[in-house]
Amino acid sequence: MRIEGVALRVRGDNVDTDVMYPGRYLDIEDPVEMAPHLFEGFDSTLRDRLVEGTILVVDENFGIGSSREHVPLAMRASGVRGLVGRSFARIFFRNCANLGLAIVRCPDAVDATADGAAVVVDTEGWVEVDGARFAAAPTPPFLLELGDAGGLVEWTASRLVRPPADDDRGAS
Amino acid sequence: MSRTLAEKILLAHADADDLRPGDIVQVRCDLVLANDVSGPVAFRALERMGVRRVFDPARVVMVADHFVPAKDARSAELQARLQRWSEEHGVVFYGQGRGGIEHTLLCEEGWITPGAVVAGGDSHTCTYGALAAFGTGLGSTDIASCLALGSFWQAVPETILVELASAPAAWVTGKDVILAVLEQIGVGGGTNAVLEFVGPGAAALSIDERLAVANMAVEAGSETGIFPADAAVAAYLEGRARRPWTAERSDPGAAFRRRLRIDLAALEPLVALPHLPENVVPVSSAPRVRVDQVYIGNCANGTLTDLRQAASVLRGRRVHPRTRAIVVPATQAIWRQATAEGLLDALVEAGVLVSTPTCGACFGGSNGVLAAGENAVTTTNRNFRGRMGSPDAGVFLANAWVAAAAAVAGELVHPQEVA
Repeated sequence: MRIEGVALRVRGDNVDTDVMYPGRYLDIEDPVEMAPHLFEGFDSTLRDRLVEGTILVVDENFGIGSSREHVPLAMRASGVRGLVGRSFARIFFRNCANLGLAIVRCPDAVDATADGAAVVVDTEGWVEVDGARFAAAPTPPFLLELGDAGGLVEWTASRLVRPPADDDRGAS
Repeated sequence: MSRTLAEKILLAHADADDLRPGDIVQVRCDLVLANDVSGPVAFRALERMGVRRVFDPARVVMVADHFVPAKDARSAELQARLQRWSEEHGVVFYGQGRGGIEHTLLCEEGWITPGAVVAGGDSHTCTYGALAAFGTGLGSTDIASCLALGSFWQAVPETILVELASAPAAWVTGKDVILAVLEQIGVGGGTNAVLEFVGPGAAALSIDERLAVANMAVEAGSETGIFPADAAVAAYLEGRARRPWTAERSDPGAAFRRRLRIDLAALEPLVALPHLPENVVPVSSAPRVRVDQVYIGNCANGTLTDLRQAASVLRGRRVHPRTRAIVVPATQAIWRQATAEGLLDALVEAGVLVSTPTCGACFGGSNGVLAAGENAVTTTNRNFRGRMGSPDAGVFLANAWVAAAAAVAGELVHPQEVA
């Protein structure tokens, strides 16, 4: 998966999912309604700088704590298409990959990125920042397959064999 | 070939003949769990997948525990949705008044057995490692895929072996064991790894205390925190386990990422200072901050053992006038047993508010959230900024003895000062 976008730098190690999406909003189910609360406990001004095609560029161990998928759902609903980080917490990383976001570890690219930089993320293993290319941690084959499918919803759907009795036309 | 306990469990559930750390495998679930927060979001993903029935209704459990009892119409709708969906799909549903906090509840109800793989839509699903299960937290789309296919993708983790030497010193509990681990490896030190707890200190911990240890493995970034099954686990599961099981352990020659050694006899109660669970200091060198609220409960430390510890400190004493104290038994069964033992009455007499089981204020949901400028001593598992309410509140994580002592003293003190 290869995406192009504009960098938004999010600074700080161990940024947790509680500050990115406070627990009191966990009763929201619609990602569009989640989006106005993204980064609320961390830095709300970041939210106003998200545009279609934003690539978040983050530091160490980003996304620790709660498994709440509300964070990447709100990110995706706000235009975020990829993340480049020094490292990620496990559940947050897999949530992003499952939602079809391009997510890679590439500390050198993080060092080279300023807000507004033109970024290209290729999950095969590189990141370009304003034309300078950096090697990223390679994405395992399964996750490349997941990305090519569009995410885990699409990947799972492709694995399901629906019995004939379940066919829409016959079920009425 | 020598394997770790986690590798053995994964291999027994994987679509592979062999595996090694870093490999991504599809892992079959013995149980899939979601709650009133993760479930409804998963159901939306299921609809988008075109899924109409779950892979196996007998291996799915839904628990309403986060916004329970409902704080408003929207959270009430989440519970109603969870119940309706459970009825439609023929899966077990534990609703308000019939269960409690999911992780304590599922152990109590015999759903968790050694060697099982449990996928849970909650990061603290790692709690099941206390019973030698590979319990691991996943997001809602992962849970939807588990409900559809009965499996999830997993990178095979390495293992960090934590050797617990000797039985715990006075006032030291399972909470302190995991805080000691966090002090050593930090909130990222366990990433892509399982914590495995062995040694005489592990054997000396009760099941309740092992739950507290395993529960916070995710705070180190780990997939799960696992105790190999022993006689204590067998006794706990007698008449309770819903499936047969066998005990496994890591092979003698298994490779570990690293080894930690913690001498429980040399520990004292520990406290994680705001705003990160790795900010761990001994309680005797923690600042004696004013305490506005004490909260004893949650999926880590709302067990009968915690309630007994709290009651032993608070019986015959009064909660300090400047402090509010909340105790949350984790399940209905614990609530009843605590009533039978006179624990709840002793707590109420001391001025404690005893709540019904709920995740409640632990995640800033309801039932005791914090105001700006307040400090809380809690037995919960996260002290991130704003976790329990205002971003300007401070949360200090500690064991139930320390929390109860803070309720009496109105400040953060060593429990021996009030005993």
